[in-house]
Amino acid sequence: MRADDTGPAGHSTWPTDSVGQVRWEDFEFVDPLALECGQTLPRYTLRVERYGELNADRSNAVLICHALSGDHHAAGYYRADERKPGWWDACIGPGKPIDTNRFHVVSLNNLGGCAGSSGPLTANPATGQPWGPDFPIVTVRDWVQSQNRLRQALGIPHWAAVIGGSLGGMQALQWGIDFPDLVRHVVAIAAAPRLSTQNIAFNEVARQAILTDPDFCDGHYRREGRNPARGLMLARMLGHITYLSDAAMANKFGRELISGKPGFSFAPEFQVESYLRYQGSQFIDRFDANSYLRMTKALDYFDPAREFGGDLDATLRQMQARTLFIAFTRDWRFSPERSEELVRAALRAGRDVSYACIDSPLGHDDFLVPVPDYLAVFGGYMARVAETCL
Amino acid sequence: MITPALSPQTESMALRTDYQVISEWIPRGARVLDLGCGDGELLAHLARVRDVRGYGLELDMANIRQCVARGVNVIQRDLDEGLADFAKDSFDIVVMSQALQVVQEPDALLAEMLRVGHRGIVTFPNFGHWSTRWQFAWSGRMPRTRTLPDHWYDTANIHLCTLKDFEDLCRQRGYRVIRSAMTDARHRRSAGHRLLPNLRAEVGIYLLEDPA
Repeated sequence: MRADDTGPAGHSTWPTDSVGQVRWEDFEFVDPLALECGQTLPRYTLRVERYGELNADRSNAVLICHALSGDHHAAGYYRADERKPGWWDACIGPGKPIDTNRFHVVSLNNLGGCAGSSGPLTANPATGQPWGPDFPIVTVRDWVQSQNRLRQALGIPHWAAVIGGSLGGMQALQWGIDFPDLVRHVVAIAAAPRLSTQNIAFNEVARQAILTDPDFCDGHYRREGRNPARGLMLARMLGHITYLSDAAMANKFGRELISGKPGFSFAPEFQVESYLRYQGSQFIDRFDANSYLRMTKALDYFDPAREFGGDLDATLRQMQARTLFIAFTRDWRFSPERSEELVRAALRAGRDVSYACIDSPLGHDDFLVPVPDYLAVFGGYMARVAETCL
Repeated sequence: MITPALSPQTESMALRTDYQVISEWIPRGARVLDLGCGDGELLAHLARVRDVRGYGLELDMANIRQCVARGVNVIQRDLDEGLADFAKDSFDIVVMSQALQVVQEPDALLAEMLRVGHRGIVTFPNFGHWSTRWQFAWSGRMPRTRTLPDHWYDTANIHLCTLKDFEDLCRQRGYRVIRSAMTDARHRRSAGHRLLPNLRAEVGIYLLEDPA
């Protein structure tokens, strides 16, 4: 392992509660990683960002796990002229719930992703060519294994907390289950013990949009100089429908016709149509279809109770970490009921657990935005974590 | 849902006397469930002095924020949803302080708390206190007192009872009253509460068991 590459640099005046300028580092791992699918990654790269100082006893490190389309760039800015900070800047920074004055924050791009870590876009060491569709299907457990290698590489004895929302929350839970002595706290936000059938159905439609795109070429689109942009865009549009509540969509976009009267055409006439098209078209510039397919499969397969005969109580009995679950009232993709399944199991398992259901308007997307009650509960919890690890 | 029947002044005292009584009744190291745990003061105190492990159930977000910040395990939950997902005897003690009178079905919740806990501790404002009786008899209007400061239309206290009413219910359901204590609105105990408690006590505290 070595940190052999760093991201672009720049400087500017950032908001005082921003981590400011950040850069990424690549960590190379040469010990083969056996995956759940039976394949082995002979070597791999993890792209990582770190914010805040590691303290002298190395006890204040927290791991951030990203969701479906996230990456290592969780907070701050790369360049002075950048408009948008990292994806979880609402929660990471000086004085924010994950306070970089108190914590050493580690955030990575997961295996199979497309933002710098080994995945379909990076070279297969066996061939020297991009992996493309041959990159193995990785699971939440595989990610946790790779993240544990990263922990070792960084010389971090244990995580003060492993934190994530949505698919990230699932990784945080898996951490607590697979490495109980290496995690002091788990914060799982808008998570679920496993996907509902309906959720798998949404993922399947998203995958079919990609797989049936004529430009998909069985996943070899890059080699063919093509890109299944339409399929990826549709997949993302579908996702965005599920990330917002009915009421939030109505509030945000209404159903006024942009031109004031029906145009009797299929051009975008309602604001929500332009929103979805915009989100979809933005996405194809930054995401890879093969990665998207893999991320959705990781979601579908996640079911930590499977190896405990479906007994979620027994599963959570493995954990030693104190756990905070947070859900959002209008989230129907990962509804509060799903978090409450986890809470009930944790209670029955006798784990230290807290749970708050935040009354907020957006839906699943609420975990990314600064809802006051959310920040207060999350921040109050993390302040306790900081006290117990310092 | 858990609006304390007590005035803010009494809430901010160092440690409420009913909490002192409750903590004296809780064995060291007990597993405790606190129904309507408020800001977590009792559980934090019990963890400190009694080495208790437990959870609080609470609905109010401001209270939940405080519980989390003081390191108390708190689950956001409406007590009216019941305790069906807790197994029998999951806890040594289930505490319900000043929540009995605000829930939809106090008798059902009482039965539930004595199912999931080996024992239960209940505290509630005594509607039989002389000041309540006096006000009602004299003015012909719903009483407003130190322990019950709200109007009839905006109070969270929908199931008020007297000490005698409560003891009748316990008898009728076969619950054993192991101990009881009476305090005034500031949760002070005095000898007078032992004499004519239903007239003189403003708050009743009971330690119960369901032998069934």
